[in-house]
Amino acid sequence: METTLSNLYIGVTLASILLLVGLGLTFTFGQMGVINMAHGEFIMAGAYVPYVLQTSVLSGARGGAVLVAFPLAFLVAGVMGLVLERVLLRRMYGRPLDTLLVTFGVSLMLQQAAKDLFSANNKDVVTPTYLRGQWDLFGVTLTHTRLFVLLVVVLTMVGVWVFMSRLAAGRRMRAVMQNRELAAVSGLPTSRVDATTFFLGSGLAGIAGVAVSLIGPIGTATGTAYILSAFLVVIVGGLGKLRGVVLAALLLGTLNAFVEHATSSTLGRAAVFAFVILFLQFRPNGIVSFRTRGLAV
Amino acid sequence: MAAGLILGACGGGDDDAATPAGDVSGEVTGDTVKVGVLQSLSGTMSISEVAVKNSELLAIKEINAAGGVLGKKIKPIVEDGESKPEVFAQKIEKLITSDKVAVVFGGWTSASRKAMKPVVEGANGLLFYPVQYEGLEVSPNIFYTGATTNQQIVPALDYMKEQGLTRVYLVGSDYVFPRTANKEIKAYAKANGLEILGEDYLQLGDTNVQGIVQKVLAAKPQVVFNTLNGDSNVSFFKELKAKGNTPDKIQTVSVSIAEEEVGGVGVDNLLGHLVAWNYYQTTGGEKNAKFVEAFKAEYGAEKNTADPIEAGYNSVYIWKAAVEKAGSFDVKKVTAAAGGLELDTPEGLLTVHPTNHHVFKTARIGKINAQGLIDEVWNSGKPVAPDPCLDTYTWAAGLATGEARAECDAAAKAAG
Amino acid sequence: MSILVPGTDNPWKARIAFLAFAGGLLALPGLLGSPGDVRQWAEWLCYAMVAVGLDVAWGYGGMLALGQGLFFGLGAYAMGMHLSLEQVPDGSLPSFMSLYSDYTELPALWRPFQSFWASAAVAVLLPMVIAGLLGLLVFKRRIRGPFFAILTQATAVIFALVLIGNLKLTAGFNGLTGFTTIFGRNKYAPGTNRWLFQIAAVGLLVVLAVAMKVVRSRYGKLLVATRDSEDRVRFLGYDPALVKTVGFMIAAGMAGLAGAVAAPVFGIVSPGQFDYLPSILMVCWVAVGGRGTLWGAVLGALVVNWIRVTVSSSRPDDWLYLQGLLFVVVLAFMPGGVAGALRSWWAWLASAVAGRLGTRRTAMAPAVEPLGETA
Repeated sequence: METTLSNLYIGVTLASILLLVGLGLTFTFGQMGVINMAHGEFIMAGAYVPYVLQTSVLSGARGGAVLVAFPLAFLVAGVMGLVLERVLLRRMYGRPLDTLLVTFGVSLMLQQAAKDLFSANNKDVVTPTYLRGQWDLFGVTLTHTRLFVLLVVVLTMVGVWVFMSRLAAGRRMRAVMQNRELAAVSGLPTSRVDATTFFLGSGLAGIAGVAVSLIGPIGTATGTAYILSAFLVVIVGGLGKLRGVVLAALLLGTLNAFVEHATSSTLGRAAVFAFVILFLQFRPNGIVSFRTRGLAV
Repeated sequence: MAAGLILGACGGGDDDAATPAGDVSGEVTGDTVKVGVLQSLSGTMSISEVAVKNSELLAIKEINAAGGVLGKKIKPIVEDGESKPEVFAQKIEKLITSDKVAVVFGGWTSASRKAMKPVVEGANGLLFYPVQYEGLEVSPNIFYTGATTNQQIVPALDYMKEQGLTRVYLVGSDYVFPRTANKEIKAYAKANGLEILGEDYLQLGDTNVQGIVQKVLAAKPQVVFNTLNGDSNVSFFKELKAKGNTPDKIQTVSVSIAEEEVGGVGVDNLLGHLVAWNYYQTTGGEKNAKFVEAFKAEYGAEKNTADPIEAGYNSVYIWKAAVEKAGSFDVKKVTAAAGGLELDTPEGLLTVHPTNHHVFKTARIGKINAQGLIDEVWNSGKPVAPDPCLDTYTWAAGLATGEARAECDAAAKAAG
Repeated sequence: MSILVPGTDNPWKARIAFLAFAGGLLALPGLLGSPGDVRQWAEWLCYAMVAVGLDVAWGYGGMLALGQGLFFGLGAYAMGMHLSLEQVPDGSLPSFMSLYSDYTELPALWRPFQSFWASAAVAVLLPMVIAGLLGLLVFKRRIRGPFFAILTQATAVIFALVLIGNLKLTAGFNGLTGFTTIFGRNKYAPGTNRWLFQIAAVGLLVVLAVAMKVVRSRYGKLLVATRDSEDRVRFLGYDPALVKTVGFMIAAGMAGLAGAVAAPVFGIVSPGQFDYLPSILMVCWVAVGGRGTLWGAVLGALVVNWIRVTVSSSRPDDWLYLQGLLFVVVLAFMPGGVAGALRSWWAWLASAVAGRLGTRRTAMAPAVEPLGETA
């Protein structure tokens, strides 16, 4: 019982990370159909933000630095995404496979840039004092950092939901993504909506970066570690479906936790990837999908 | 059409299997002798290996400033192993057969060493490998200037036993070094009354550590013997700390965290935890003070030295001493001359084992301090003789099998 | 039509080009001189084989296979297992196994690899079978475009993870190594590299010849048609899933063969060589060289690797920038790759010359056609 509970807890916290890194992709990949391999490097950029704050302007308030880092990382990664969209991707709509490879090239350059800026060594973000500690509940240790990450995920989700369904900008975005031509003839500035969407999706990667900086290494490979799982979560969830992505993250997270516990960490990861391939046999459009003919991408 | 071409191609394909490749060892042209420096300058391992390359080049620079070797200046050819074993294999073949270097200094991961081993043996080259490793290997063409298991892991186990840390959990990266090390640890534990509570592995670079930490905590060990490498360490220690485990509750002994890695994991996550090496930047002695000063002067005051960095630096000096003793750059003569050499090095007096190509090393257990450096808390008193097949330990009987057994026997036989 | 092979209008032109290439390839070791360079080129020829296969799948079939490392790796491991057994007496365990495992006799999985021909057959056929099953599963469910790309990427990851997780059977992360004798020859003896180069050269010529036959056949036209409009092909009564599966299988078989030749050249097979990052790089070679032209794929594999080796040793830090920039520039601004650019320059030059001579040669190859993508 105790191990089941603890596996569930591990699954949920793992899901929270998957969700956080996948959330930005529901915009850029889910809404726009752009496979941005540099999304991982936006996460990396976000992860460096609290490190830079803690070692420069906010070295006196390292706890505060983490909080300040969230909006700042959102901006940094968002602007990086905006530049990428305006300079390169705009020319490449309708060529999703080329986009994938171009952004892979960009990700290589960003990794090297990070190495030149911060050296190849990993950096450390000091855990704020208010996040140190843990609660024991039914024999499961809940650490404050993981709970904090969970909170960040929930808040981000709420923000995304409000934006998508309550704000005019969000509705415009959905209109453009669902039927570009119709939106254009209705007078919506589709190009500007594209830019906004990409800015938001990339900005969310920045937030994810700050969150993962609290639990893992901050280095040039930080993004690569998460990128593939993030895409799989979005695919399993169903493109652009918030509800689906949440379910998919929970499903893959707990699956990983249980298989790992029963076998080994390496095989746990292999099992998750194999599961995704099989899963798509039964639901090629993901957990939550519209009824369509063929696969509309 | 296509078939005809293929046949034609085959017919023309087998004429010159006997092209002479020339003398492969130690081409000396005029006033210089070429040596290879082969470390990962890009990719994941560059974090660690660039510094080793730097110390090897520092030693070469010092030697050249002092007049070179046998009156010749050393000309280093630096190659990038790209953190990929297959590139190491290809680059060392190029260094030996095309550039005709007298010796290669390089390698870090055991995968890179295993990739280079058949090449240096087959092409009769010479390699100095500067990193602690899993033992069970004695190649006639390789000198191992880092520790073998009985100079690092076994002393660490002795220390744990002495301190009463007997309930042990094994955590490591999923590759040969940790798996072999843990096999040896389990054999030691059986004979010495340590209790192994569990054994878990993470893929290299995997940062999803919660499952393993949960298992470790559930087993309630006194000490975790940690053979994790690279990024996994960061997540592991952060998670351990977040769950409130300071060294007074669960101690850890790590064999792959040196001065270079402490900053990345975070000093406050590692404070008070133990590591096992043979050299620290804080190791005493005038020779080390000079080495640290020279290293910082060359590469920046913020750069720290560490065990493999020092071993890389020593490698060049050992080779120089062997060449001078042999009076030649020839691989066979240099190899024969190296046995028994004694050198004054930053880690203290260093002796090359007469036959097994390893060096005598003082084992040192260190504790990570608030500055991110490592303070020695225990040492073996005198240099420990290298024993790559663990033949002097009764509990280790049967561990060295197959190729390892044959190599160690050959080395012992050479001793007469 | 000109998109298939430059100058296919006249089959003799293609044949002469092929012969010239074959001659040049076999003369190359003599020109290179240093054995290290010959070894290097042998490796690149293996990469070129993978690239040609990928080009059939992606350039002609529109399937972006991002997990070719799986098939390349299967081929390499099949031959690597054979070579590991060659180092030890018949029936005994390969050296890593006697060291890291408690097996007392050769595991069943390893037994077929005692035979060279069995190993070679597994190297080519197993990738084809796996690609066939995977292709049927995926294409029947009409999973395509980026989804297919990411799924194939996942297969390469699974492959690497399974290898790493089974140290006792596969030597894990370190991989199989220690091939000092290959097929009875000393790997590091003078002349062996040249011999390996010739095997790789013949392999590449075979792969190229097969690929040229395939893309010019009726099936090849169907493949291109499926790439450009899967629905129309379906309406014409063909099954696009089958068409694509066959293309994917051809690519897999070629990658497997390349792997089998590469294992003795590398002297080592380890999981890192076949993970998803190297797999993406393979696609990038094809993109840089020019997808949709088989010569472009060969060119891309050779040129990108040549630049890598030249730049990475002298300026390792600049290599990632250069590599990234190369992919970005080629894919964003010249999707036809180097081959496409060369061809349009050639067409421009030819028409300029023709214009000056006053003749009207409008039948020249057109500039690069936009490559359709089945998204």
